[in-house]
Amino acid sequence: MNADVMTAEVAPILETRSLCKRFGGLVATDNVSFKLQPGARHALIGPNGAGKTTFINLLTGVLTPTSGSIHFDGQDITNWTLRQRAIAGVARTFQINQLFPDLTPLQSVLLAVNEREGAGRDWFRPVGTRKDLVDESVALLADLGIDDVMDERVGSLPYGKQRLLEIAVAVAAKPKVLLLDEPAAGVPESEREQILDVVARLPTSVALILIEHDMHLVFRFAKTISVLVNGGLLVDGTADEIARDPRVKQVYLGEEEVVVHG
Amino acid sequence: MSMSHLTENSAGASSRLLSAAKWRWYEIAFWIVAASLFFVFPTRLALLTEIVTLGLLALSIDLILGFAGIVTLGQGAFFGLGAYAAGIAAKYGMGVAPLSDPIVGLLIAGAVAGAVGFVTSFLVLRGSDLTRLMVTLGVGLIFAEVVNQARSITGGADGLQGVMLSPVLGIFDFDLYAQTAYVYSLGTLFVLFVIARVVMNSSFGLSLKAIKGNPLRSRAIGIPVNPRLIATYTLAAAYAGIAGGLLAQTTQAASPDMIAFHRSADTLLILVFGGAGHLYGGIIGAVAFRLMQDAFSSGSPDVWLAAVLNALPSFLNFWPIPNVLTVIFGLMGPKYWSLWLGLVLVLLVLFVRGGILGLVQSIYVRIFPSRNKVKP
Repeated sequence: MNADVMTAEVAPILETRSLCKRFGGLVATDNVSFKLQPGARHALIGPNGAGKTTFINLLTGVLTPTSGSIHFDGQDITNWTLRQRAIAGVARTFQINQLFPDLTPLQSVLLAVNEREGAGRDWFRPVGTRKDLVDESVALLADLGIDDVMDERVGSLPYGKQRLLEIAVAVAAKPKVLLLDEPAAGVPESEREQILDVVARLPTSVALILIEHDMHLVFRFAKTISVLVNGGLLVDGTADEIARDPRVKQVYLGEEEVVVHG
Repeated sequence: MSMSHLTENSAGASSRLLSAAKWRWYEIAFWIVAASLFFVFPTRLALLTEIVTLGLLALSIDLILGFAGIVTLGQGAFFGLGAYAAGIAAKYGMGVAPLSDPIVGLLIAGAVAGAVGFVTSFLVLRGSDLTRLMVTLGVGLIFAEVVNQARSITGGADGLQGVMLSPVLGIFDFDLYAQTAYVYSLGTLFVLFVIARVVMNSSFGLSLKAIKGNPLRSRAIGIPVNPRLIATYTLAAAYAGIAGGLLAQTTQAASPDMIAFHRSADTLLILVFGGAGHLYGGIIGAVAFRLMQDAFSSGSPDVWLAAVLNALPSFLNFWPIPNVLTVIFGLMGPKYWSLWLGLVLVLLVLFVRGGILGLVQSIYVRIFPSRNKVKP
């Protein structure tokens, strides 16, 4: 049943041990022990209010856990800040766009590349001097299909492009683990395909965790799945196992039908 | 997406980014005009010198508010500290270099204000805009009171007297017509402006804009938000200190007025008035603010009213037109300066984003819609 049973010999890139988070009387994350393998394509699902976003916030350091620990690449990162984890290689996208509205997509991606390469503190040379970093940023934007708008103001881009940029900025840091918090949330049906395609093409050097409500997307993307209910880990396993699991069907009964596609 | 399109984009991207840092013709024109004022208004150089110091203080607020997004009501404290530091150095130098050397004095002013800025920056990192306003305001009030109480060093309420300076660069003595003062202040402003311009166009400056736009995402992509803000706050404090030092040196005095709260508030207003986030907004705001103030305080609305009433055609000369004119011109007296300032400010904030520079930019975009591109 456990994810690590399937690939027991590989050390997990990201792991939580008995992770708990309480907000007053509310237990948002309840004793979650979770392992993520390098290069994983993992989905985190669960009904509304199951604590998915809280869990992501704990993993990335936006929130600090009440108890339990988080381990990344063999190190205990429980008390690391958001920035320290970002530098170490844990990146994320946000369910609600967290972009720089007054900058351009090129500047936004370049910022992340700059910090990764230690060029962000350069206070003397004008932006654009390091041509290698600019080229890398442009290539990334082209790869995600948003290089056509790279000099426009982010705040005035169409929503779908902003969602793609949300991913681009996270990928620019070359993370080892990337957490995608509902990457296609709010995107019209016609543009969802482009976002899915981008996610599918991300290199296997990065382990992905996808939070998603749309079961169609989840089963198309994920090799392994964890189901969160009321803050606790109900079950995890391969996509097939989850699709057949009667408890998962029970949870989703009346909410959405679990259907395996492909 | 064809390959040629990609390489074309890629090749242009660096130069497009770099072009943001290039000097524009209107910037060069701006500084030529500023320098030529020396010849155009030889009798108003003292006022112009004061405007330069005010512009430098507003520039320092622009660094932290316009670029890093930290609101402050305490910049006047660094200005005052710089004024007293430069003033005290010159006083004890007795008019002899090195202590009384103006440039050494400015370095001392900048170092003192920068050091205090560095220490107090840690208070500003936490909390919301409101907490920051209150903390900066509180720090400012503390230093104002310290200056007021330390009579033996600062002269207390009477101010610091006996500020004597050696000639600038050992050659140019400060004169009664403020010729040296103006050139010296404008030169200082220009040097500091160029440094600020380099910093704000660098990767460091870009990361400040990111922090201002979205601190959470900035952290999430690895930007060390707090160290960047501390560095910027310290730099801005040093700039404010140098501005204060300039005013103390060119007026040969330091007074409690230089560290008083109203200076922080006035200068914040000047920056918003001129337009924050462009580096030029503070200087332009200072010019507009002081010229308006000067016009109001030296204007003679009674004379203008008499002239207008005389020229009024007889068919308009019936009730209530002359009475209304009397009221309007009455309001143009120096007593009502704040009223007009407030009105202009409210109109600017309500109808034009970004002050005077915002107004200029939106007019420019109206005239040349094709050039409506992002100005990074």
